[in-house]
Amino acid sequence: MIRVWLAQHWFVFMATFKRLLATPITSLLSVIIMGVALSVPVSIYVLVENLQAIANERNSPQMSIFLRNDAKQADVDRIRQDLEQNPQIIELEFVTKDVALQQLLEKSELPDIAMNLPRNPLPDAFVITLNENALENLKQLQEDLKGKPEIKYVQFDSAWIERFSALLELGHSIILMITMISSIAIIAVMFNTIRLQIATKHDEIEISKLIGATDSFIRRPFLYFGALQGLAAGAIAWLIVLLLIHLINEQLIVFLRFYEMEFLLGSLSTENGLSLLFFSTWLGWLGARLSVSNHLWRIEPQ
Amino acid sequence: MITFKNVSKRYPNGYIALNNINLSINVGEMVFLTGHSGAGKSTLLKSIAAIERPTSGIITISGQNIAQLKSSAIPFLRRKIGIVFQDHKLLFDRSIFDNILLPLQISNFDTQTAASRVRAALDKVGLLKKEKAMPITLSGGERQRLCIARAIVHRPAILIADEPTGNLDIAYARDIMAMFTSFNQVGVTVIISTHDASLLENTQHRILSLAQGSLLA
Repeated sequence: MIRVWLAQHWFVFMATFKRLLATPITSLLSVIIMGVALSVPVSIYVLVENLQAIANERNSPQMSIFLRNDAKQADVDRIRQDLEQNPQIIELEFVTKDVALQQLLEKSELPDIAMNLPRNPLPDAFVITLNENALENLKQLQEDLKGKPEIKYVQFDSAWIERFSALLELGHSIILMITMISSIAIIAVMFNTIRLQIATKHDEIEISKLIGATDSFIRRPFLYFGALQGLAAGAIAWLIVLLLIHLINEQLIVFLRFYEMEFLLGSLSTENGLSLLFFSTWLGWLGARLSVSNHLWRIEPQ
Repeated sequence: MITFKNVSKRYPNGYIALNNINLSINVGEMVFLTGHSGAGKSTLLKSIAAIERPTSGIITISGQNIAQLKSSAIPFLRRKIGIVFQDHKLLFDRSIFDNILLPLQISNFDTQTAASRVRAALDKVGLLKKEKAMPITLSGGERQRLCIARAIVHRPAILIADEPTGNLDIAYARDIMAMFTSFNQVGVTVIISTHDASLLENTQHRILSLAQGSLLA
C-alpha cells in the first residue's frame, strides 16, 4: 500500500516536473520574479550578519576593574573569586600594578618621566571579557562592582555597544518586514500562476471528479507545482546572494588594498541556504494551496 | 440494488426534471431508460452517481442513501460506478492509453496492474492497436468505445450509459449494444438511456419510460 502511494506521488511529481519543463519561459519568468523578491531580505540578512561578525570580532565587550591602591592580596583574591563565579564572564585577566607600569613604559613616548616617578601610581586591575548575552545586564554588573569597597573604578564603554546592538535590532526588524513583503509577493505570484493552470486544466479536473477523484488527488499536482517553483525560486535567491557577495568582495579587495588591509565578507552559510530553500518551497506550496482551495470548488461537474 | 423512493428534482428556475420517481433495479439487471429529450433521462442517471442531487426523496445503492451522501464520500461512490457520458468527456491532451488509465490512477492501482487492466479494457472494445494514438484521431464510434473502455476499466458493479448510440449508424449502434449485453452477462448492473426505439424492438430487458419527469407505468 505504501509502495503504491509512493509510486503515485512519484508519478505526479514527475508529471509536474515535465509540465514545468514544457513551458520553460513562463516557468522561468515566475521563478525569477519570486527569486528576486526573496533575494532582497536574504542579501540584507547576510550583510547584517557580516556587520555583527565584524563587531563581535573586534569588540567583545570588555570591562576594566581598577582596585584601590591600598588593596591587599586577600582583597584581590576575594574579588577574583567573585568574578570567577560569574557566568557572564568568559575571560578574566589580572594585571598587577607592576605589569601595568611596564606596559606604560613600553608604550609611552616619555619613558623618562615615567621612570622618574617616585612610586608606581597605577592600581592593580582586572580586565574581564563578557559574553554577548551579558549586554543586557551590563549596567547592573557595573553597579554591583562599583559597590565593593576594594574597587575604586569600573570602566566600560557601554554607549557604543548599546548603540550598536540597537542598530542590529533595527536591521533585524527591517529584514523581518521585507521578508514578509517578499513572502506576500511570492504567494501572490504563485496564486495567480495556479489560477491560470486550473483554468487550462478545467476539463481534466471536471472529468477526474466525475470518475471518483478525491479533492486531495486533484490538488496534488498543483501543490507539487507550487512547491517545485518555490524551491527553484529559493535556489535563484541563493545564487543572487552568492553573486552579490562575490562582486562586493572583489571591490572590497581593491578598496582595502589602499589601507593594506584584507577582509572578505562571509556569504550565506549552507545551513541558512538550506533553510532558505525550505522556506521558499513552503511559500510556493502555500500560495498554490490557497489558490487551489479558492478555485477548485468552482469546478463542479454537470 | 438501486432504489428510488419519491425522488423529485426541481431546478432553481422552477423547471421540474424528475417528478416523484419510484423504481428499483436489481443487482445484475439490465435496464433501458427511454423518453424524449428533456424527459429527465440524464438527470435520473446522473442522480445515481450523485452528479445531480435530488430536491427530495431517497436514492439508495446497496442500502446506502445517495441523496444524503457527504461530499467527501461521493468520490468513493463514483468509483463503484462506470459512466459512459453523452458528450464522452475525453481528455484530448493525452493518449488513449492515458485516458483509460485515469480511473485507475484515481483508485490508487499500482502501475503494472493498471497497465494490464487498461489493455484488457482496450481489447474488449477493440481499440488495443490504438493505445498510443491521441483521441482526436478517432472516429465518433471509436470515441464512444474509448469512453466505454474508461467506464469499465476499474470493473465497476454498476454501468451507466447516457445515450451511448446517439450519433452512430444502426450497425455501429447494435455493436455497442452487444458490448453492454456482454458486460451484463458477467454480472454488471447496466442502465442505458436511449431515445432510439428501434434498438429496443427485440430486447428482453426491462424498459422504463420517462415523460416530463414522471415514470410511465
